Amino acid sequence: MKLVFALFTGLIFGIGIAVSGMMDPAKVLNFFDIAGTWDPSLAFVMGGALLVTFFGYRLAWRQTTPLFGGRFQIPSATAVDKRLVGGSALFGVGWGIAGFCPGAAIPALGTGRWEVALFLVAVLAGFVLRRLLFARPVKSAA
Amino acid sequence: METAFTPIASFGGGLAIGLGSVLLMLGLGRIMGATGILSGLAFPENREEFAWRTALVVGMILAPGLIYAATGAMPELTVPVSPTMIVIGGVIVGLGASLGSGCTSGHGVCGLSRLSFRSLVAVPTFMVTAAITVFLIRHVFGV
Repeated sequence: MKLVFALFTGLIFGIGIAVSGMMDPAKVLNFFDIAGTWDPSLAFVMGGALLVTFFGYRLAWRQTTPLFGGRFQIPSATAVDKRLVGGSALFGVGWGIAGFCPGAAIPALGTGRWEVALFLVAVLAGFVLRRLLFARPVKSAA
Repeated sequence: METAFTPIASFGGGLAIGLGSVLLMLGLGRIMGATGILSGLAFPENREEFAWRTALVVGMILAPGLIYAATGAMPELTVPVSPTMIVIGGVIVGLGASLGSGCTSGHGVCGLSRLSFRSLVAVPTFMVTAAITVFLIRHVFGV
């Protein structure tokens, strides 16, 4: 049941990515191209996502535990260090070069386009590179 | 190339992205961060951690097909860059997001919603470097 719920959750997220335009690198790169063919649409994606998540998280946290047990696993790190800033800066450079980010590329794989698979293989290579260059484990997402 | 300004579809899609993120927190107590989910699949800790991430990713991948079945058209996807740039960009995205502990979904949607100070630093950082990168590529080097 937990896995069916996870699949359904992924489906909703993926539909959102597809409908919003996030999975279209032409649109993503135009969002950043303020001096050229600027398309501000993606600001509306972030607005919609933050509106629901900001209030939705607070409703979810009224429960003592998640519906399928365990506990709410919320990142506890607070330190702003060189890894966070340097890593984020690098991430933005890569996003600006390729036009895909990981959360958009996973659902985009379902379109069957080879460019998406190529991007995701390169991302995995980047993960491996990070583990080779910086041995100390990094706390997962955010 | 120009792309159409789509504020309503983009806002609606954003609402669904938010709903997916909230459901993952409500059901499994987890952050919807694509970097963490992908690296959890690539370097699994145990079978249970691997299983829910697999189900989540399968659901995501099914989304374009479902949209195709409902509307008769695949979502718009135009790649205006070369395969070389996809590979270079992808490696830098993987390295940077792993080092910075998150990307657009983890820091952008979930981190900002939690008012995480780290995400409040990370998001403007990657938005600015992405904009600078696009400016340099398109308007300085003219690729």
